[in-house]
Amino acid sequence: MNNSILVVVIASGVAYGTPLLFAALGELLAERSGVLNLGVEGMMLSGAVMGFWAVQRIGGPGGTVLLVAVLVAALAGAAVSLLFAFIVITLRANQIVSGLALTIFAGAAGLSSYLGNDLGLADAPAKHQFAPVDLFDLGDAPIVGPILFEQTWLVYASWALVALTAVYLSRTRPGLNVRAVGESPQTADAVGISVTAYRYAHVLAGGALAGVGGACFSLALTPQWVDGITGGAGWIAIALVIFAFWRPELCLVGAYFFGAFQALPFTLQARGVTLAPELFQALPYVMTVVVLVVVSSGIAKRRLGAPGALGVPFVREER
Amino acid sequence: MSLRIERRLTQPRWLSVAVPLGSLVVAFVLIAVVLLATGHNPVTTYRDMFEAAFTAPGALTQTLIGATPLLFTGLAAAAAFRMNLFNIGGEGQLYFGAIGSSAAGLLLVGQSTTVLIAAMIAAGMAAGAAWALIPGFLRAYLSTNEIITSLMLNYVAGLILTYLIFDSHSYWRDTTSASAAVFPVGKALPDAANWPTLGSGVVVPFGLIVGVAAAALLWVLYSRTRFGFEVQVMSDSPRAARYSGMRTRRKILAVMALSGALAGLGGASQVGDFLHTLDADPKGLRAYGYGYTGIVVAALARYNPFAVVLVAVLLGGLQNAGSALQGPDFPSGLVGVMSGMILFTTLGGELLIRYRVRLQRRQREAVAPASEGGR
Repeated sequence: MNNSILVVVIASGVAYGTPLLFAALGELLAERSGVLNLGVEGMMLSGAVMGFWAVQRIGGPGGTVLLVAVLVAALAGAAVSLLFAFIVITLRANQIVSGLALTIFAGAAGLSSYLGNDLGLADAPAKHQFAPVDLFDLGDAPIVGPILFEQTWLVYASWALVALTAVYLSRTRPGLNVRAVGESPQTADAVGISVTAYRYAHVLAGGALAGVGGACFSLALTPQWVDGITGGAGWIAIALVIFAFWRPELCLVGAYFFGAFQALPFTLQARGVTLAPELFQALPYVMTVVVLVVVSSGIAKRRLGAPGALGVPFVREER
Repeated sequence: MSLRIERRLTQPRWLSVAVPLGSLVVAFVLIAVVLLATGHNPVTTYRDMFEAAFTAPGALTQTLIGATPLLFTGLAAAAAFRMNLFNIGGEGQLYFGAIGSSAAGLLLVGQSTTVLIAAMIAAGMAAGAAWALIPGFLRAYLSTNEIITSLMLNYVAGLILTYLIFDSHSYWRDTTSASAAVFPVGKALPDAANWPTLGSGVVVPFGLIVGVAAAALLWVLYSRTRFGFEVQVMSDSPRAARYSGMRTRRKILAVMALSGALAGLGGASQVGDFLHTLDADPKGLRAYGYGYTGIVVAALARYNPFAVVLVAVLLGGLQNAGSALQGPDFPSGLVGVMSGMILFTTLGGELLIRYRVRLQRRQREAVAPASEGGR
């Protein structure tokens, strides 16, 4: 039963969806504070390359090294997002063009390739990698075993993160403040919330999570370094935030849905199904367009719309 | 002391020249620091790049070849971004231009070069415009954000391109020749469909001439016609445009089609000038991200069509230098780092044009409440 195609596809959907989930949760935090960061792909690649560097160069027991590598990846993602934050928050530049600049700066033909080359990371397998962990010895349980209990620690950590983000945004004072900053920065400013500080903090948090998402590739899914290892996952993560109506719990569902479609061609090929793989590969993108159309239609917009001030620079003097 | 940023009431003219130049200098200094920190010599690296891009024998020809697609995608981005329509689908629209123009070239075997070129240009523009009208229509009639839809369609277009050559027996695919039996390739276009070149010392592709003409036409359209005026009003104040009865939806469709047509023209030029077939190889047409770099070109040119020509040649030179110098001594990825950094400093520099930055002694220091600290 655990080898049935549905179980295999869902289980690999969870694995392939995890980098999307980390990056999407990060982007969600930034967008909830009113900043649209299109540089996710660049931040993920920065995290992927530095995480892989840490694994290759730091000595010690595997578990510790991997933990440090994830932290390094988070730091790398946050570091490049700081550049973006300075440009769009302090210097009030156009967020869309700046986000693209970040992806070009740090992306597959930019800083991540530069670092991967200068640090000599290519052509070597990872010394340590995240392997599936059989949680509670339930890995062999029918159906749910492979899907829920036979995954890597990164997957389990991402579940905790979804819960944390959901609670943070709906039940804590700073979480409510960040939503105010994203909906109406003028109002937030008037009651004494620092719009600048909140935006910086959440863009940086978004960068850190994107970095971890990138590390999911270089430390777990494809444990090696090649230029552009994330293969456009950063762009899907941006779409995913909209797909999920800016809600963390829906990000989880969406990430696994997208992940399953990415994994589907491999699974089908392994079983001798010879349909054009492009058909399946195109589905997530087409689905995103369809969902966007649904979200932007009247009723949905009123109920589930984007943060009110998304993409608008905040200038205190100009109300 | 504190920093105050205030809006300028008037923008001195010299600033709009001095600031971009200053931004460029700052970017080069910052990258020199990165190069030094990673053990490369910035002076020799810059000198090598300049030589490889412009002064070495044949370098300028290569730079112009690199600049040709960037000119088209830069114009495409500039045309749309002027109206605050963020069409980042130039990449996919360029693929469709290539698909359309190669179909025209294959269909019209036996025709004269003039007919073939005209047909390829028309088909490329039409195909690019059609692909751009999908996000355009969704934006105009269903108010769906065009940024993500146009971006998603880039991937779909890339997959369609792959499908046509690798996974189907489409009209574009070569199924007869010997090389096609080894590796899937597109049918070769007739020789009469090869676009001519101009000049002998420095070879100028025909597509580049078409691109410069397109830049001039775009400038006329946007600064000398009613159409351009309405686009300007809609981007500056959508509300004012609506109240004065301008037809926003139609204009969105028209501008998206125009933008897509320009990117599609870039695809036609790739086929006619250089590839002479529909190229789906991941290391070919799809490898360079012309559509995305075009957005950098447009932003650096501040959406001015003539400046787009200049910036396209500069970035074409940068890319040419990157590929010419590829090797152990030259840091890979430097080209992306440089384009990204130049864009960052230019965007940051915009602030100095629009705002005045002042150092100010704080007067209310003694009475200011603690929470006001950092302002």
